[in-house]
Amino acid sequence: MTEIREVTVDELKHLISDRAGTGETMLLNMGPQHPATHGVLRLLLELDGEIVVNCIPDIGFLHTGIEKTMESKNYQQAEVMCDRMDYLNPLGNNLAFCLAVEKLTELDVPVRAQVIRVILAELTRINSHLIWLGTSGLDLAAMSIFLYCMREREKILDIFELVSGQRMMTTYIRPGGLWRDVPAEFEKLVWDFVNDFPRSIAEYHDLLDNNELFIDRTKGVSVISAEDCIRWSVSGPILRASGRALDLRKSSPYSGYEQYDFDIPVHGEGDIYARYLVRIEEMTESLKIIRQALKKLPFGPVRSSNRKYVPPPRSEIGVSMEALIHHFKLWTEGFQPPVGSVYSAVESPRGELGVFLESNGSAKPYRLHFRTPTFANLQIMPILTRAHFVADVVGAIGSIDIVLGDADR
Amino acid sequence: MDGKYQVVAAALQERYGVEIQEFRGEVTLVVASDRFLEAVRVMRDEFGYDHLVDVTAVDYWPQEEPRFHVVYHIRNLAEALILCVRVPLNGNFPKHPTVESVHPGANWYEREVYDMFGVTFSGHSDLRRILTPADWVGHPLRKDFPLGYEEVAFSFNYDEIMKRKLHPKE
Repeated sequence: MTEIREVTVDELKHLISDRAGTGETMLLNMGPQHPATHGVLRLLLELDGEIVVNCIPDIGFLHTGIEKTMESKNYQQAEVMCDRMDYLNPLGNNLAFCLAVEKLTELDVPVRAQVIRVILAELTRINSHLIWLGTSGLDLAAMSIFLYCMREREKILDIFELVSGQRMMTTYIRPGGLWRDVPAEFEKLVWDFVNDFPRSIAEYHDLLDNNELFIDRTKGVSVISAEDCIRWSVSGPILRASGRALDLRKSSPYSGYEQYDFDIPVHGEGDIYARYLVRIEEMTESLKIIRQALKKLPFGPVRSSNRKYVPPPRSEIGVSMEALIHHFKLWTEGFQPPVGSVYSAVESPRGELGVFLESNGSAKPYRLHFRTPTFANLQIMPILTRAHFVADVVGAIGSIDIVLGDADR
Repeated sequence: MDGKYQVVAAALQERYGVEIQEFRGEVTLVVASDRFLEAVRVMRDEFGYDHLVDVTAVDYWPQEEPRFHVVYHIRNLAEALILCVRVPLNGNFPKHPTVESVHPGANWYEREVYDMFGVTFSGHSDLRRILTPADWVGHPLRKDFPLGYEEVAFSFNYDEIMKRKLHPKE
């Protein structure tokens, strides 16, 4: 049988120091089944005693060829795949994909749909930050925070289930609007959450701010400067924790974010504790946005009336021949955007989530590329871990907030 | 075109002969491979395009020349502008200079493009496959790579599966 080729140390020689050859330093494999790697991340560590000399991340264990699969499906079918990339931010992924399609086709989105999109995107952000807070707290030996975070996350998942029927793989935001209008209970449920949640944030502060173990392992650990972040294409909370206020919701607003009044939390220390502060403050800012959005939620349609791209409502099909033809064409062949390529980006909980979409005029995307935040942010692992203890590697991985589905696609 | 893009686009057109395209308010500069590195360096140093956002490629197979476009998106952080730079490349296994010396963050992106499209970045510090295994044959995102599924190979049926497997045209 054909031999399966394995990577030898010789091939990685340019990444490790000369001392590894003489046995002075040790090469240690961490992952891909290590519980602290939040999925299937493999790190090759070069150690001098307990100090990390070099760290070589190895990704791709969760590569499922999502871009290739999406290029073989029409636009409506392709959207289902984008939930599966960043599974903690499904509605954010939907939003990014739909904004790219809408930019390409110049499709209008009704105001009500835009406001609901903002509410759901911010709930997703809180949901994702809660998972981050819980799991990376768990990594740093703060056990109870995990249970508290899961409790609140459940309430958000209930809201997702109410609107879309799914807790995680929602596909609720569609090109031209939403799948359908939200149920009547939606507003009450979100208000309840918004009113209760500040108390929970206070609890998280109580649990962590005076926790000496947590402070010792986060303050001054894994520091990165803003210049390094920019050189290494880093975006999101890591960049903001290093002192640069880049937030796409402010700098290039989409979905009407320019109408909301909120701040961008920025801290200058660049360590794990600063990233913790940025994320936890972002949750408060998200609540502010949701409150304003709920107050101004207008009545009206939630789907564009452009029948070339958006299917007609069921009630029209029975009475209009035109509507029947549109329905048939859209669900068999799909819509055909004009020729051209666009790039549109949203601020996901992890950073910039960009979609590069190229169309050749057919019903399938010719090229669909996702610029995912985890992929770019993982590149700085060697900077974050160099000259730190092995135990701090765990904290550094957690502080990047990795989702391997997002990195590997 | 937005006046802020106009300045940088006109300067690059004069100096490096870039072609300017505009679509849906986005500005794309098409640069030849041999003048690309200089143009990107000038964009960073003189016009403040300091944040490399994305590197990807498009395969136009079966069109022969140019078969590939490598697509860069670079942001001006201070003014929140974003420019797209396209580099057309001829041939089935094209070579193209790496942009690592200007934007170190291109490291993994270029590895991904190499892995998925087979574009070689000359001068790259660590050009290995990144998403697929090291012994993978072919480049999955090329248009002539068959879309199929991977049968689970064990030692007893490995040869049999390899015989059945569609191999991409290279």
